[in-house]
Amino acid sequence: MNNVPVIHALIFAGALFAIGALGVIVRRNLVFVLMSIELMLIAASVAFIAAAAKWNQADGQVFYIFIVVTAAAEVAVGLSLLLRIHHTFKSVDSDDVSLLREEGER
Amino acid sequence: MSVLFYISAAVAIAGSLMMVTRRNAMHGLVNLIVAFLAIACVFWTLGAPFVAALQIVVYAGAILVLFVFAMMILNLKPEAGRQGSIVEWIIPGILVATLLAQVIFVLTGICDLQVPGKQIVVGPEAVGESLFTVYALGAEIASVLLMAGLAAAFHYGAFSGQGGEDE
Amino acid sequence: MSELLWIVALAPFIGAFTLAIFGASMPKKIAGAVGCTSVGISWVCAVILGLNYTQPQEVSIGWINVSWLQVDIGLRLDTLSLAWMEVVTLVGLLIHLYASQSMYDEDGYSRFFCYMNLFVGSMLTLALASNLLLLYLGWEGVGLCSYLLIGFWYKGVVNCDSARKAFIVTRIGDTALAIALFILAWHYRTLGMQAIINGAPPVAATLVALLILGGAVGKSAQIPLHTWLPDAMAGPSPVSALIHAATMVTAGVYLIARLGNLFLASPAAMLAVAVVGTVTLLYAGLSALTQRDIKRVLAYSTISQIGYMFLALGVGAWNAAVFHFVTHAFFKALLFLSAGVVVDAQNHEHDIFKMGGLRRALPVAFWTFMIGAASLCALPFITAGFYSKEAILGAVHTSQAGAGWMLACGLIGSLLTAAYTSRTVLVVFFGEQKMEVSKRPGGLVVFALVVLSVLSIIGFVGWPKLHLGESSEQMLVVVSTVLVLCGIGSAYVYFSRRQLSEAFAAWPFGNALHRLSLSGFGFDWLYQRTIVNPLKAIAHANRRDIIDAFYTGLAGAARAGESLCKLMQTGRVRNYAAGLVFGAIIIAYIVAVR
Repeated sequence: MNNVPVIHALIFAGALFAIGALGVIVRRNLVFVLMSIELMLIAASVAFIAAAAKWNQADGQVFYIFIVVTAAAEVAVGLSLLLRIHHTFKSVDSDDVSLLREEGER
Repeated sequence: MSVLFYISAAVAIAGSLMMVTRRNAMHGLVNLIVAFLAIACVFWTLGAPFVAALQIVVYAGAILVLFVFAMMILNLKPEAGRQGSIVEWIIPGILVATLLAQVIFVLTGICDLQVPGKQIVVGPEAVGESLFTVYALGAEIASVLLMAGLAAAFHYGAFSGQGGEDE
Repeated sequence: MSELLWIVALAPFIGAFTLAIFGASMPKKIAGAVGCTSVGISWVCAVILGLNYTQPQEVSIGWINVSWLQVDIGLRLDTLSLAWMEVVTLVGLLIHLYASQSMYDEDGYSRFFCYMNLFVGSMLTLALASNLLLLYLGWEGVGLCSYLLIGFWYKGVVNCDSARKAFIVTRIGDTALAIALFILAWHYRTLGMQAIINGAPPVAATLVALLILGGAVGKSAQIPLHTWLPDAMAGPSPVSALIHAATMVTAGVYLIARLGNLFLASPAAMLAVAVVGTVTLLYAGLSALTQRDIKRVLAYSTISQIGYMFLALGVGAWNAAVFHFVTHAFFKALLFLSAGVVVDAQNHEHDIFKMGGLRRALPVAFWTFMIGAASLCALPFITAGFYSKEAILGAVHTSQAGAGWMLACGLIGSLLTAAYTSRTVLVVFFGEQKMEVSKRPGGLVVFALVVLSVLSIIGFVGWPKLHLGESSEQMLVVVSTVLVLCGIGSAYVYFSRRQLSEAFAAWPFGNALHRLSLSGFGFDWLYQRTIVNPLKAIAHANRRDIIDAFYTGLAGAARAGESLCKLMQTGRVRNYAAGLVFGAIIIAYIVAVR
């Protein structure tokens, strides 16, 4: 089980990350934003696993576990925030939740 | 083996793209699950079967199911015309493509990574040993993080009439 | 005894202070009494000091002491400042008495006396100062009072404009004087009068002397800074008498006499003083010939007489200059005060051609004006003005610095003086009466006029007698006497034969000459064109303040940058995420380049 160049795995990770970033930037639905963030986290973990494969070490996999933990915590908080936003604004559109801008100007 | 890598990588990318472009959140979620399963395959081809199993069990199995529950609570309708025209995709697309091109450029510049050495399987034992010896502190911090996530989810999830203080 | 010197200087200030604070709530009688009493105290002390004067004395208390410069508040009494002190307090007292009655019906009665007291105090500070800085303080103080009093009737726009004009024009001279003071302070390391009078003249004596002359020219209304004085007649008559005839305008004469050794060190500066005086006395005499406003006639005659004083200073005849100052103070104050009576009697009409025949209607004004006019004309032997003017002409004749053309101009000037004075007297007091007399002078007014009349006649007593030793000096007296009589005669002929004046008016050249003289030879016009208008144009062009534009631009750039940055502040999370990606691109670029 060899012959997979690590560079290809890393490029694959980069592609996943780019797609995730695209989703975060473009999508206004906060559910999609959260899913895109999951995708970006996974892209990072793919890079770790690729590096682990390159060096035949377990450390990369350990970091995968950390990433999963982070992702789980993030999803828990993110989804509960999503519910709260939906409850407050009656919307999951991120553009409707633009209270950070200066008052009175849109 | 490498053929499996390329196939599953292609499936993962296709699934991701499908996820990003769906209108219905549930469709997007299902596409994401497909992509995650494909990524589990990629992990396996990279000699990390334990991680592949975790990917299926924890990620595709637990986290994304959490999404499903969330969406059930939200009871979202498909976005009707809210998503803007194709023009909205152009600038972010260029940005992201540039980023990807740069990443590839940098990666190809590092010759050492082009050909991997002999691939061996690093099993759960090695991972577990490393996790609870070298990275014990990290594991503890990760548990604290999970605890914090739990508390935060509890707090934000508490609605008015059920102990929520802000409303 | 020298403590009295403090009282002389301080009494008017105390009066001004009292009037400034309590004046508004005082009855008019008390306000007038306070104003007159303070100057009266000052005068009494001045007289006592004058009678006991033996040698120069100084009193001082510490004021400024920084590094090498030490300046005291000090008063110095010597013969020169004694003369000024006596004249200022005496004429000041008489004019205060006059004003306490003539100004009684005016609004701002106590304000008037407050300014007048402040003026007398400042003038005494100027004259008695023992150092140049205190002198400069008094110099500016009288300038301020002049401004305040010209604009006393501040509800008239013309009055306010005149006041501003007087203030701004004299400011030019004051600046020159300030520069001269800086140079003197730098050279002598002190501003004390004693050190400067007795010390060696500085290297740039000519420059310093010319700068001081600039200050004197501004204050004494000599060419080219004379244009403010005719307009200053917008003020009340007592003000014109006190400030713009008797005392303040002679401050320049005082200054040059005081710093005489600086001028003696520089023949060029002496010549400049003499030339300024000569040109001014001729110019002002010619302008006075055609003025229609009685006070403007007197104003131009004041300029002309101070020109005589400058001429005397220029040839080094300090005594003659001071002598003429004293007699001029008496008779010019007298002329202004009786002109004030005439103007008050004619419903504030200033135009002499609308008056006439007041000889019988206002006998007191007529006789006192006649005495003043005679003294101004220098009517031989019986008037003080004759002696002082002869002293000047004699000094010009005998002095090394004097020149033939100066003497000739001085003699022509006395002809002009006689002519315009006679013209005024003839037009105002003779002929047929054109207007009813609306107000007659009161007792105090008459008292002040009579005292000044007596002084105008006997004012020469106590001064050096006329030299009549050489035949040329005798000739001079004869010539000037003949010229004065010619001037009076020509004025009489001109105004008694109507066809002569009509013929002159019909002659185009004569008419143009008349208009030129009436406008003061176009100095106002010239200054308006060459200085005032360009300055106004520059000010208008710079009304947005060019230097400020830089800072406005800076603020504008900051504001533009702010609104540009604000565009990023959309409040949309995905835009912020795009920013993050953009930042990642830049970081990746840096990594890639390395």
